[in-house]
Amino acid sequence: MTHPFLEKTLIAEKYPKEIEGILARFPTKKSAVLPLMHLAQHEYGYMSEEAKREVAEILGLDPTHVLSLAGFYSLYYEEPVGKYVLEICNDLACALRGADDFVEMASHKLGIPVDGTTEDGLFTLKTVMCLGACDRAPMLQCNLRFEENLDEEKFDQLLARLRQETDEPAVVEKIVSYANRD
Amino acid sequence: MAHLLLRHRDIPDLHKIEVYREHGGYEGLRKALTEMAPQDVIGVLRSSGLRGRGGAGFPTGVKWSFIPKGPGDKYVVINTDESETGTFKDRELSEKNPHQVIEGAIIAAYAIGAKTIYNYFRGEFMDAAYAMEEALREAYDAGFLGKNILGTDFSCDFYCHYGAGAYICGEETALINSLQGELGQPWSKPPFPAVEGLYRKPTVVNNTETLANVPLILVNGAEWYTSMGTEKSPGVKIVCMSGHVEKPGNYEVELGVTYRELIEMAGGMRGGKKFKALLPSGGSGPVITESALDAPLTYEGLTPHGSVMGSASVIVMDESTDMVWAALKMLHFFKHESCGKCTPCREGTFWMEKLLHRIYEGHGTPQDVQTLESVANQIGGRTLCALGDFAINPVLSTIKHFPEEYRAKVQGASNGQVKKVAAKTAVPS
Repeated sequence: MTHPFLEKTLIAEKYPKEIEGILARFPTKKSAVLPLMHLAQHEYGYMSEEAKREVAEILGLDPTHVLSLAGFYSLYYEEPVGKYVLEICNDLACALRGADDFVEMASHKLGIPVDGTTEDGLFTLKTVMCLGACDRAPMLQCNLRFEENLDEEKFDQLLARLRQETDEPAVVEKIVSYANRD
Repeated sequence: MAHLLLRHRDIPDLHKIEVYREHGGYEGLRKALTEMAPQDVIGVLRSSGLRGRGGAGFPTGVKWSFIPKGPGDKYVVINTDESETGTFKDRELSEKNPHQVIEGAIIAAYAIGAKTIYNYFRGEFMDAAYAMEEALREAYDAGFLGKNILGTDFSCDFYCHYGAGAYICGEETALINSLQGELGQPWSKPPFPAVEGLYRKPTVVNNTETLANVPLILVNGAEWYTSMGTEKSPGVKIVCMSGHVEKPGNYEVELGVTYRELIEMAGGMRGGKKFKALLPSGGSGPVITESALDAPLTYEGLTPHGSVMGSASVIVMDESTDMVWAALKMLHFFKHESCGKCTPCREGTFWMEKLLHRIYEGHGTPQDVQTLESVANQIGGRTLCALGDFAINPVLSTIKHFPEEYRAKVQGASNGQVKKVAAKTAVPS
């Protein structure tokens, strides 16, 4: 595969088999766009210009289509984010169980507003719509891993754990496993 | 009663195929493939009265029967987009009892003649999808998926797919668009997916919980299923209890229990506080109050009270809840999740949120409440999908049931409000 317009080809180089596996699942290349964007976001850190262009190039899509998808779907970040994105659900069901207070606590603890990123680039704080874990509120997802039944103490423990973690965030293992089945 | 859908709560390690098979797993599939013609499978489903558990309640067997007979590609798509506020049942099923969903989907594929199944998970459910991937591996190894299943000439593949965060993708045509790599926006029906769905081929889209019912119906028969629940709403349902109850969580019940019983099942009101209202269908159904608590949990039970069962995601609120705040929370959700295709929904939810926010902050006027109702009534029934109708429900129903709370907000600060608006508009823009 040649990439005349790309300076970087992060996912094509690192995951050729996985990309092939994803493509094999659908009768059209276009259907692979969301999974590939998940992969690209992980490798590039966010849906940067280059990330969008690489996905578009691999699938033979217009880059503006990938751009519109990045804007439409809330799991794709169009601006740089921290290594860990803490997304707290503060929808009605969670808010009835203290999610709004929890967001405030988290914001003070991290010293950043909602949508802000800590200076060390480690954490971004966001509030999101329902994540389907209303019975375990307050809860958040951190790089697509759910942390549930939280309180201040557990939040402190989570931050401490993440500050020490050196492994790749779990999410990539899942995307790759998903692609590797065939 | 032992669980039928949440069986993993009674049987440890049910997510493993050997355990699932020890407890009758894949027996429904064996029966369908080796003893029944596809139309007989559809017949049993029709007789069982099983209705869609995603919320719309369309009879499952009837949906399957709409798929044209004969050759050609067809698809089964499982809707695990589960994004309704207050809903968390399909995630538990996918993680803890994945084989029952897989088996139900293969039976559906056999019934309609599909060779491919896609399970559309919302992107946030990567853990649930991961659990299902493991189960799929086992199902392939055991010969329940792939070529010549159980030695018959029926072959079928099953793939999990991730969305990326969009409530609207729970709507079946939006889901299909998303699976095709497009924006998750609904299309104007017809064509219905049964005629022209995924890749413009006949497609059945079923909710995860709906499919989990199917293997048991095949094994035990339609009559067994209709012996549970009520005449028009037979069978069992998972109810997601959240909000101000002592023990939030999923509860599997026979249809027909009352909302009062559901609250008791969930440990009663948290901290012994007094019940005020509940949302019976996550954010999308109108709020109900004390007078409707003895209504049965059925597809028709809340009709006299102006509401719906929907996906049975019950958000309970106690006496301390500010209902204008609750409506604002829900409206914020729908404004955020509007896909932007239909003008009434896109613009209407935007302006409604602004108005409601002003009222909630104590800067509104009585006229604002009327405007809010007027905008809402101009959205209802004027959008391609139901999101527009859902969005106005929490607002109109709280105005109807709790007019005094709106009145208190707009009267409390109406004098200050006039000044503030005047000051604001005086600033040249």
